[in-house]
Amino acid sequence: MPALVEQVGGALLAAAGDPSQLLPARQMMAFTLGFHIVLVPFGVAFTFLMLIANYRGLRRGDDEALLLARRWSQVAGVLFAVGAVSGTVLSFELGLLWPGLMGRFGAAFGIPFAVEGLFFFLEAIFVAIYLYGWNRMRAWAHFWSGVPIVLAGIGGTWSVVAANGWMNQPAGFRLRDGQVVDVRPLGVLLNGAFWHEAVHMLLAAYMVAGFTVAGVYAVGMLRGRKDRYHRLGLAISFTVAAVCAPLQILVGDLAAREVFQEQPAKFAAMELVPATHTHVPLLLGGFMADGEPHWGIEIPWGASILAGESPSTRIVGLDAIPADVRPADRIVTTVHLSFDVMVSLGFLLLGLSLWWGLCWWRRRRMPQSRLFLRCTAVSGALALVALWAGWVVTEVGRQPWTVVGFLLTRDAVTTAGNVWPFFAATVALYVAVAYGTFLALRLLRRRWRAADEHPGEPDAREVDVPYGPSRAREAASAENRA
Amino acid sequence: MSTFAGVVLFLGVLAYAMLGGADFGAGFWDLTAGGAERGRRPRHLVDESLAPVCEANHVWLIFILVMLWTGFPTAFAAIMTTLFVPLGLAALGMVLRGSGFAFRKVMVRTDQQRVTGAAFAASSVMTPFFLGTVAGGIASGRVPTRGHGDPVTSWVNPTSLLGGVLAVLTCAFVAAVFLTAEARRRDDPDLEVWFRRRALGAAVVTGAVALAGIGILRADSPRLFDELLRRGLPLVILSAACGLASVLLLRRAAPRLLQALAVTAVAAIVAGWGVAQYPYLLGTHLTITQAAAPRPTLWALTIVAALALVLVVPAMGLLFVLAQRGSLESH
Repeated sequence: MPALVEQVGGALLAAAGDPSQLLPARQMMAFTLGFHIVLVPFGVAFTFLMLIANYRGLRRGDDEALLLARRWSQVAGVLFAVGAVSGTVLSFELGLLWPGLMGRFGAAFGIPFAVEGLFFFLEAIFVAIYLYGWNRMRAWAHFWSGVPIVLAGIGGTWSVVAANGWMNQPAGFRLRDGQVVDVRPLGVLLNGAFWHEAVHMLLAAYMVAGFTVAGVYAVGMLRGRKDRYHRLGLAISFTVAAVCAPLQILVGDLAAREVFQEQPAKFAAMELVPATHTHVPLLLGGFMADGEPHWGIEIPWGASILAGESPSTRIVGLDAIPADVRPADRIVTTVHLSFDVMVSLGFLLLGLSLWWGLCWWRRRRMPQSRLFLRCTAVSGALALVALWAGWVVTEVGRQPWTVVGFLLTRDAVTTAGNVWPFFAATVALYVAVAYGTFLALRLLRRRWRAADEHPGEPDAREVDVPYGPSRAREAASAENRA
Repeated sequence: MSTFAGVVLFLGVLAYAMLGGADFGAGFWDLTAGGAERGRRPRHLVDESLAPVCEANHVWLIFILVMLWTGFPTAFAAIMTTLFVPLGLAALGMVLRGSGFAFRKVMVRTDQQRVTGAAFAASSVMTPFFLGTVAGGIASGRVPTRGHGDPVTSWVNPTSLLGGVLAVLTCAFVAAVFLTAEARRRDDPDLEVWFRRRALGAAVVTGAVALAGIGILRADSPRLFDELLRRGLPLVILSAACGLASVLLLRRAAPRLLQALAVTAVAAIVAGWGVAQYPYLLGTHLTITQAAAPRPTLWALTIVAALALVLVVPAMGLLFVLAQRGSLESH
């Protein structure tokens, strides 16, 4: 602790306009955002799967669906708790790492977050009511207490993404003498990048949650547990993800066109376009070195056709960006490869969804082959990688800007203290939290499996209590009663 | 207009001090409950009374941060670039606390519960301490308008330390009163006595520190001291009276009355701080009006606050009613 204070103090003396904190600050932001975004789909979309199961259970008297809903709500509870705290850290970081952003632009940039705060509040309240209301509230009242969670999840996603969209396409304010003036809150919220980013992210959340959950049951089925419970768990989650996958391709295409129109620098990096041209080829893979693309598979005119539906579409190249704000080659390469990864994974997942859809259409049942189950088992991880890659495209693709045209990242970063020890402590803590989450989820699974295999034993009583009581606790309450 | 936004922000601080405070304090008693065997039943009560409301109570912190950085962006940047050490530690403490608490509910083995429980409980003491030092740093004027104040003395100073210690103690006091009431509601005389004793102890210590604090403030933050004894005097008296009353009535009064008294004691003293500091946001050099964002932004915040009043407050009320009625318990 004294060492930390000393370091922090020492760095302050050396600082003053020094962007030495830029690297750790960016790494830390990327790390914590990357951690948090894994949990987001479970707060936003997993709760929707849970409600579908709950609805089915109540509507058709389907006990297995009800059991799924109950167990899913326990998992959602643990992940929501971790997501809530990692989200809190992000809001601290906005100030601790990027005071230049918050201090100068908070009056505009902060508005979407204020709206988000509202949704987060509602979500936290109704998550609690739903989680702890099992068997305590009337069945349908309990179901309806879950609906605001899903709506708040959608609203929350939209408002946070609105803030991100604003950084990409700032709107709804003017600068006078470096001060934010003439703020139009609706202009800030409904900035140009808002719609396509928000819908893109929402669908991504539903895909990640759907494929991940489906993967869990696919693994169970691969191990021989082909009972109705597993098939139902797979069917509910996979259906939601499979409906989203083709929509996501369409929205992604739309988003890429919007980026082409409104954020030419990012588009040039995504497609690895060194110089402004028509008839620009689409490059799959490859990297940027010395201002020229290398390797990669060229599809003639591809990029031009994708951007403007005609080979003669003119695409602005990286050379059009003033040299002092032109992204470095490695940044361009990162953006391009991430974009390729995201798109190819999107198509893979689309293929898997079509497989499911075709099978359903022709035979009215889900695909039975082990290959399908194997693919489904990894589909959640693929969707997650695509989600990460997408955020890399939008965030790294904006560099060197934090607020495009208004604020460079190096001017936004903190000059106070030393970010490295804070970053190191955060990594250590997050590793522990990730491990704890893993242990907690594994424990829930074991308990449920024991309950399934030995129905009637005390462990099966977990259906009475969300968050499964520990034996110690049961003993304690028995003691209380005695 | 800007004053109104300041009031809304401060209401968030109040709500967090009352609701989040009781949560933190429960962690304090969890931490000091002794070995696994001895502390099992108090921890059990802490777990059950905290679990349904824990998440929601801590959203107030997000509310405060959002209101601050949107409504008063320069002040937010100034605070963050000065008090980054306690704020960073508080942020990490929040992570440890929230995840530790969530994990402990799932864990079965005593050693696992002990590790996760200790993470939850220790950070429940750490976090309010650091937040208290932040409050002290702001109140005593150690955050310059342009930020980048001294990274050490801005929070290692008499007022900050007083703030940190008082934050931990008042949290512990409120929580002990709450848990006493909760134990009585559940007809558990042993636990009731267990928490009542601790509530008394916490009250005595908190009172003593508060009295000593008068001297500290007088020496370290004279303006705050003067205003606290002038404009804030009724609130200070109200706080002391409520604290005293809750201790005297601990044996007899209805649980709900006890909870109300304890919460009022905390709310009154925090409100006293706010009233004493008005019209300044930072120390005695940056007023609320000077720090405020442009008018349309404040309007947007007002609308959000109004929506919160319409949507969040009833929902929160529903949550508390359900929790109090036992509709959300897991026993």
